[in-house]
Amino acid sequence: MHKLNHMKQFNNFVRKEFYHLLRDKVILLILFGLPVALMFIFGFALTNEVKNSKIVVLDLAKDVASQQITQQIDASQYFQVEQSEMNLQQVEEAFKTGNIKVAIVFPEGFNEILSHENRARVQIIADGSDPNYATTVTNYLSAILGHYQTRINKPKQIPFQIISETKMIYNPQLRSVHNFVPGVMALILMLVNVLMTAVSIVKEKENGTMEVLLVSSFNPIFVIIAKTIPYLVLSLINVTSILLLSVYVLKLPILGSIPLLFGVSTLFIITSLTLGIFISIKVSSQQQAVIISLMGMLLPTAMFSGFLFPIENMPKVLQYFSDVIPAKWYFIIVKNIMIKGLGFSSIWKEMLILFGMTIFLFVLSIKNFKIRLG
Amino acid sequence: MRILFIQLEKEFRQIFRDTIILTVLFGMPAIELLILPFAANYEVRNIYLVVVDHDHSSDSRRLIEQIKNSAYFELAGYKHSYKEALIMMESDEADLILEIPNGFERNLVRESSSKVFVAVNAINGVKANIGEAYLQKILMDYNDHLRVQLTAGALPPISQIEVSISNWFNPLLDYNKFMVPGILAILATIISVFFSATNIVKEKEIGTIEQINVTPIKKLNFILGKLIPFWILSVIIFTVGLLIAWLVYAIIPVGSLFLLYGFLSIYLVAILGFGLLVSDFCSNQQQANLVIFFFIMIWALMGGLFTSIDSMPYWAKVVTFFNPIRYLIEVFRLIILKGSNFHDLLPHFGIMTLFAVFFNGLAVKYYRKRN
Repeated sequence: MHKLNHMKQFNNFVRKEFYHLLRDKVILLILFGLPVALMFIFGFALTNEVKNSKIVVLDLAKDVASQQITQQIDASQYFQVEQSEMNLQQVEEAFKTGNIKVAIVFPEGFNEILSHENRARVQIIADGSDPNYATTVTNYLSAILGHYQTRINKPKQIPFQIISETKMIYNPQLRSVHNFVPGVMALILMLVNVLMTAVSIVKEKENGTMEVLLVSSFNPIFVIIAKTIPYLVLSLINVTSILLLSVYVLKLPILGSIPLLFGVSTLFIITSLTLGIFISIKVSSQQQAVIISLMGMLLPTAMFSGFLFPIENMPKVLQYFSDVIPAKWYFIIVKNIMIKGLGFSSIWKEMLILFGMTIFLFVLSIKNFKIRLG
Repeated sequence: MRILFIQLEKEFRQIFRDTIILTVLFGMPAIELLILPFAANYEVRNIYLVVVDHDHSSDSRRLIEQIKNSAYFELAGYKHSYKEALIMMESDEADLILEIPNGFERNLVRESSSKVFVAVNAINGVKANIGEAYLQKILMDYNDHLRVQLTAGALPPISQIEVSISNWFNPLLDYNKFMVPGILAILATIISVFFSATNIVKEKEIGTIEQINVTPIKKLNFILGKLIPFWILSVIIFTVGLLIAWLVYAIIPVGSLFLLYGFLSIYLVAILGFGLLVSDFCSNQQQANLVIFFFIMIWALMGGLFTSIDSMPYWAKVVTFFNPIRYLIEVFRLIILKGSNFHDLLPHFGIMTLFAVFFNGLAVKYYRKRN
């Protein structure tokens, strides 16, 4: 009987929290809208590929070879040749307004040098202020020049050739979806669970309603846990919507087990909820909660989960630091299940780490929890 | 004027009272500028390679040796079969598999051509692409070298196009030069917009705004009193950031500082106006925070901070025209790295002024003294 009563009380608390959350339409709209917006941005707007980049051709040769190469550059999907007569000075001016970022210079008598001396020089000028872009465009241009070179050498037999056959595994078309879908999941779950829980608990502290809850006959720990239930539900809905978008809109299938994916997601959600609770216990105002969640959790999640920037490129100290970021482990798990199609045996270590983090944060929260405020 | 000063005094006292906020205000630029550029490095190094050598010939060994000696690759190990190598890739111990088939050397000598197989972990497409390109280059060099050896120089002449590459404004392709101006832009944005919006909403939430509303303070005065402190703070934080950029990364603006601060000033007016507009429509801090978080996140991602706007599809490029952060990042990079002058940046100044007028106009229009 007593137990049943407790159950009922708990349910009432959970229901109260749901009402709180469902009442604020602006917040709901953003919480459901953000994952969708992010999926579309990452899926369709952000690519590291270079497409239709404007390129200036400074053709001092104006002969067959230079014109053929120019045509090939224009015909490739990467470049769009700007038909304007510029000198080097004007190119620099164009670079300074940011309209043009790459130029190619054919020297005078290009074709003649190429066919008589067998060695001709082409200059590529790239805007180095965006290093990725510069590297990519110069790579593409070099490839086009290389193709041209092979073509004009075709009649002559090249002996002793090593031919390499390359296979791109997991992502043959080199799309970026494979990297960002797990990343967006980690980021959204962090946002909803850490930021939202921390703020909503601190809000009750600030408004003084926390006192009212704490004097109820109910165990204060359960008061806090009841607050997290709506966010758990909301997060699972978000995971579902992200996965649906990924499968049906971005055409990225889930290779591994779906129940397993939801299982780990729930574990990660609980980890982040515990973190949110811990932050809320430590701070006294909403503004502080927001700043600490943003600075302490969201930025590191974006930076050190391996989703935007490869961790192995970072200095060793930062690599060690990334180990304490829960999202890093979740990101690895999701990649293994979704994209590599691996099973439980490949992810139990990462799951154990997340589990350990959760227990640690939970114990820490209980130790710091004071029933009296102020 | 006197009323404005009194209000400014109040606001500054409130800001400086909260030590956590203050630490964050000045700690954030330091931490972000010191950590982010190191973390946000796309340069591909340390590509882990696993080799499956079925041939065990002197040629295959020499090829492996050459790859090992290059700066990009780390040898993660040798395996006897492709299957075993794939397991290493599954557990992320290897990024690339090089399989040298049986008879590699024999075919090369007898049939004048030989094959190797390369498998790349392509989950991260950029890394895969670059890693593969590096490997191709090493293979080509090795091939050229081998050819000279085997033919003893008696080759038919091959026409070669030599490519010389110059990277202007950043000849060494230093990644920090790209990231630091972008981070400065984000810093200037986050601080100003978050604090201005939540500050007003907080007064709404606690109810102190009612007290201000019954005073004879004019609408415009009140708004100015709320915006000026955050404008000043943001300029100070930007200056701290600029000093860090100089001291740590030796990045000194090539262009005029006056122009840099001039653009920042207009930008801050615009973005503070946006914060104010958000606070007009939000009734509690949680809402205001989320709304702003939503916009900043999308603006930052679509602003060319990490990926170039030039590679976006057409519709996305159109969207970025309505994104104030995009212009700030662009202008910072143009002035700091390329030394563009006022004439080059005229369109940017014009657009930012429009943003400022638009956001502040709306914000003032929707601000009501009564709730």
